[in-house]
Amino acid sequence: MLHSPVDRVAEATPHAMAKRFRGLSDRSLAWLFVTPSIVLLLAVNIFPLIWTIRLSFTNFRVNRPNAEVAFVGLKNYVSILSDKDIWLTMQATAHFLIWTLVLQVLIGFSLAYLINKKFRGNDLWTTIIVLPMMLSPAVVGNFWTFLYQPQIGLFNYAVGFLTGADPSSFSMIGDVSLAPWAIVIVDTWMWTPFVMLICLAGLRSIPDSIYEAAECDRASKWRQFWTITIPLVLPFLMLAVLFRGIENFKMFDLVVQLTGGGPGSITELTSINLKREAFEKWRTGYASAYAVILFVTVFGLASIYVKALNKVKQR
Amino acid sequence: MTRFFDGLLHFRRGAWEMLASVLIAAGVFMLMQPFALVLYSWSFLVTLLGTVTFIIVSHFPE
Repeated sequence: MLHSPVDRVAEATPHAMAKRFRGLSDRSLAWLFVTPSIVLLLAVNIFPLIWTIRLSFTNFRVNRPNAEVAFVGLKNYVSILSDKDIWLTMQATAHFLIWTLVLQVLIGFSLAYLINKKFRGNDLWTTIIVLPMMLSPAVVGNFWTFLYQPQIGLFNYAVGFLTGADPSSFSMIGDVSLAPWAIVIVDTWMWTPFVMLICLAGLRSIPDSIYEAAECDRASKWRQFWTITIPLVLPFLMLAVLFRGIENFKMFDLVVQLTGGGPGSITELTSINLKREAFEKWRTGYASAYAVILFVTVFGLASIYVKALNKVKQR
Repeated sequence: MTRFFDGLLHFRRGAWEMLASVLIAAGVFMLMQPFALVLYSWSFLVTLLGTVTFIIVSHFPE
């Protein structure tokens, strides 16, 4: 009679296969199971990374596969790090990154705090708020170009209605000073629900007993917020910032669809610029060096961020 | 402050990780700041130095 699941699995294993694995040690079996994953990881992640680093020291062009590839040393790195256009691209990325993170954290946390209060229609509102996150960035980019239309756009109409300005007097994606804010607004609209969901998970993980104990000690709502809610939600909030920060650092699709990097190159983020170098100018070696610079930046930032996150969790 | 330098001298993880983090943060700031091109030019080297230091010192004893 078979009792445990292990016995049942042993019974179900074909005899020939069981005989083949019987002589192997636990360690060998473990290696046998882990090897396919390691091979896949090496092939898909590690090998391309090493290959990119190698290409970054050459003048390789992928559209000229038969041309001789020369080793150029640090030339690609030097020209990227002295190029004023790429410097401007980095600044555009910083503007986008900082403002989207600030707005998404503030609005996301506020929404989570409100949704966490028990009220009628709570679930319905959660679903409605989460909807933008479920859309494709290409679709969002496309329909926001219509919303931003000076003549027929709903956004311009709403701004005109609220401020009294003429809706056709400004163009969000055609004006050099407004376009960087246009992409910030759309990304905030789309990804605030993600931050809200993570914050909501954090808020719902706080036991009611802590608030009850605080009530017994006559702690004000304000004090409860700063000494209970914020410290306990902070690890969740930091995780959301980490995810959104990395995602926004390499933002591509939404911005390409919305502004195409324009007007001029005012909204050309690093990933768009990198794509142009790699697949429009076909400077593969140069683009590889560019990618390595971005990789090291994101890796470095993520390292210190994860360390800070662990510290907050241990508190 | 004395504790920090003591940690650096005795190869303690906390102090060295702090130093590496400062280097990375400075490197990223230099990369994205709008003030001086020379800072931008040196940013990658500073970030790389910080990141490599971080990877090495995360294996130091506490």
